[in-house]
Amino acid sequence: MIRYTASRLISLILSLIVASVVIFAVIEVIPGDPAAYMLGMNAAPETVAALRRDLGLEAGVLARYFAWVGGMLTGDFGMSYTYRVPVADLVAARLWVSLPLTLYALGLAVALALPVGVLAAARRGSVTDAGIMGAAQLGVAVPNFWFAMLLVLVFAINLRWFSAGGFPGWDQGFWPNVKALTLPAVALALPQAAILARVMRSALIETLDQDYIRTARAKGLSHGQAVMRHALRNALIPVLTIVGLQFSFLLAGAIIIENVFFLPGLGRLIFQGITQRDLIVVESVVMLLVFAVILVTFLVDLAYAAVDPRLRRR
Amino acid sequence: MSLLSVEDLGLTIHGTPILDGVSFDLPVGQVLGLVGESGSGKSMTSLALMGLLPRGAQVSGQAHMDGRDLLALDERSLCGIRGKEIGMIFQEPMTALNPVRTIGDQVAETLVIHGAASRAGARAMARDRLDRVGLSDFPMDRFPHELSGGQRQRVCIAMAVALRPRLLIADEPTTALDVTTQAQILDLLKGLVEEEDMALLLITHDLAVVAGVADHVAVMQAGRIVEDGPTEQLFRTRRHDYTRQLFAASSHQPRRDTRPSAQPLLQVEGAVRSYTLPRRHLFGPAPQLHAVRDVSFTLHEGESLGLVGESGCGKSTLTRAILGLEPLQAGRITLNGQRVEAGRMPPALRAQVQVVFQDPYGSFNPRHRVERLVAEPFHLAPAPNRRDRVAQALVDVGLKPADMDKYIHEFSGGQRQRIAIARALIIRPKLIVLDEAVSALDVRVRAQILDLLADLQGRMGLSYLFISHDLSVVRAVTDRVMVMKAGEIVENGATGAIFDNPRHEYTRQLIAATPRIPPNWREREENEGTLV
Repeated sequence: MIRYTASRLISLILSLIVASVVIFAVIEVIPGDPAAYMLGMNAAPETVAALRRDLGLEAGVLARYFAWVGGMLTGDFGMSYTYRVPVADLVAARLWVSLPLTLYALGLAVALALPVGVLAAARRGSVTDAGIMGAAQLGVAVPNFWFAMLLVLVFAINLRWFSAGGFPGWDQGFWPNVKALTLPAVALALPQAAILARVMRSALIETLDQDYIRTARAKGLSHGQAVMRHALRNALIPVLTIVGLQFSFLLAGAIIIENVFFLPGLGRLIFQGITQRDLIVVESVVMLLVFAVILVTFLVDLAYAAVDPRLRRR
Repeated sequence: MSLLSVEDLGLTIHGTPILDGVSFDLPVGQVLGLVGESGSGKSMTSLALMGLLPRGAQVSGQAHMDGRDLLALDERSLCGIRGKEIGMIFQEPMTALNPVRTIGDQVAETLVIHGAASRAGARAMARDRLDRVGLSDFPMDRFPHELSGGQRQRVCIAMAVALRPRLLIADEPTTALDVTTQAQILDLLKGLVEEEDMALLLITHDLAVVAGVADHVAVMQAGRIVEDGPTEQLFRTRRHDYTRQLFAASSHQPRRDTRPSAQPLLQVEGAVRSYTLPRRHLFGPAPQLHAVRDVSFTLHEGESLGLVGESGCGKSTLTRAILGLEPLQAGRITLNGQRVEAGRMPPALRAQVQVVFQDPYGSFNPRHRVERLVAEPFHLAPAPNRRDRVAQALVDVGLKPADMDKYIHEFSGGQRQRIAIARALIIRPKLIVLDEAVSALDVRVRAQILDLLADLQGRMGLSYLFISHDLSVVRAVTDRVMVMKAGEIVENGATGAIFDNPRHEYTRQLIAATPRIPPNWREREENEGTLV
């Protein structure tokens, strides 16, 4: 297990190094002048030159790369060109919205999808199964911004249980924020839950056809006991993979939902960064997201080993 | 006194008849062998008794055990009987255990689920049962993947007999195991039956296994029991035609007309192949697995050479090296004087050796027609009249030219193996490697394929390298045989001499472990002629 963890950790660090080189190369090295790009076509040459000095673009490529990486390691992500505040502060503020939202949505998705997927698999071919799979099909097909607007219409405008948008901030206490994040989390969770339920069902059905399930039944376990004690854990591996991917996606991919609910999240930050040509923000946020994806992959790998003893020896 | 009495058991699945009028009695403490070919309904009979039939199954008839009709019980009562009064073990020990739970847990579960013991008590009893099946050296916290096939089957047996059931059903319990392991497992089962006064329903396709273990035998064909009786009597009289066919096929000796020449075709000299295993410690040396160590032999033109050994002995690695699929660390292999080297074989050399594998289901691309499948080797030696050549190859193996437009799923296992042979023949190789090529086939089909191979060899002057774990088959079809153990050839010589007078200890073990029908039970056979 120690060997396995160490090897995964090494691969995590290598991935981070490769990712940082690629991001740096794409944004700072390949064609054109970042300063000119940020200022637009009509900028005066003096302004561009000033920005170049400001950004430290006069230095060599290697020096700039190490300055950038070194800065990130010490928490200094540079200054946002448009906001004129440290990028680290911008990101931290947005992360306090996006991270809870992602965890909330994913928690809802898992809590809904796993039982439903298990039920569908255990009753394969029944009306229950057909109903659940039909609903899942619908859940994947419905665009989440439309579903979000529907939620606002019903729960915010008609029933007035939740507000239609906005985020009070964590200094306002715990529950007001949970309340503000509930509708967006539900809107995000629905399609993810639909996908997860389908994966859970097919993984479990495959597991239920395995010989060891027949062995378990021959020992005297009922169908339900065989599912819960023997099939479920074996079926979790593909589910874990998907949950890991969904986490990374939701962290920055919630931009449409963030717009619908006026949430100051990471998705909107990166969108603004791109439209305002604020490369410093883009570069740092992309690196942060890459880090999140790699970290989640690492955690999913550890979870695999926890579920499956065969992986621990590698 | 009868423990289990099955009367007129019938079964349909989605309307298709599977079993019809199956009746038998199983007395307390006795072994009943249920014999038949694949698809005869042996396994379905056992699953019907356990109430574990697939969806769409409809049973009729009765199966009385202790005054209850097993076929009439509801699911709840059956759960109380499975594992407690009837234990069951299956064919595939590699997949019969849950890979993510320890063996101790899985044995203890049988006890816990029936409320026979507390958690701690169950673990103690599980330890005791594991000791009984010969796993006293194994800690309870081992996972199945850390055990060999034979050890896993012992765990399955421990699970099945944990509660000392009165009836044990064993469905092909040794089919997937090596011959020496098979002998140990059969001994264990016999011992358990005697000690615990258990009755055993032993399901198998192998007449020799039944001959050594069962008190009574029932022969199944197409969902019916065609003949049953005390083992020796049934084997001696063989009243039913089907029993006689099975009997003849199981010891079938193809008529071989070979003239091995002195001309060497394949020469292997000092072949070595080892693999580097993952390091045990971060900075320690990487351990090596020596799959093939210093193997040398010569195969002559027109000769059949057998290679026998148990799983993991290096047969497959050696085979891959001969096919030019595996690089050697030392030594050389030459085919017809030309060097065989992985990655550096000219097509003309590759065309001289072809292979037929064990699995007639897995070795064809299901989306291609037979014509394309059989014509595949032509990329090594292009030929103009492909369709004619394919037609000829199909005729050579006893199929029809029209079969080339069909897909592989339209054929039976035996027919598929014929197609595999046609594919190997089509570019007229000198050497065909038969890697467990008849091991997955039913006895009657196997006999036909062996006849076909002998016939082709006589007509085309082929050489065969015949790799198998089945000693009786190797004995029937080879001129010389090599015995391989742990990467080395431990004995090598004329087939008859080795089988009659084995010199190496390991060869003796293998031959002794091979189940056989007592020779004097066979007496009538000479007058019967060959099989249909």
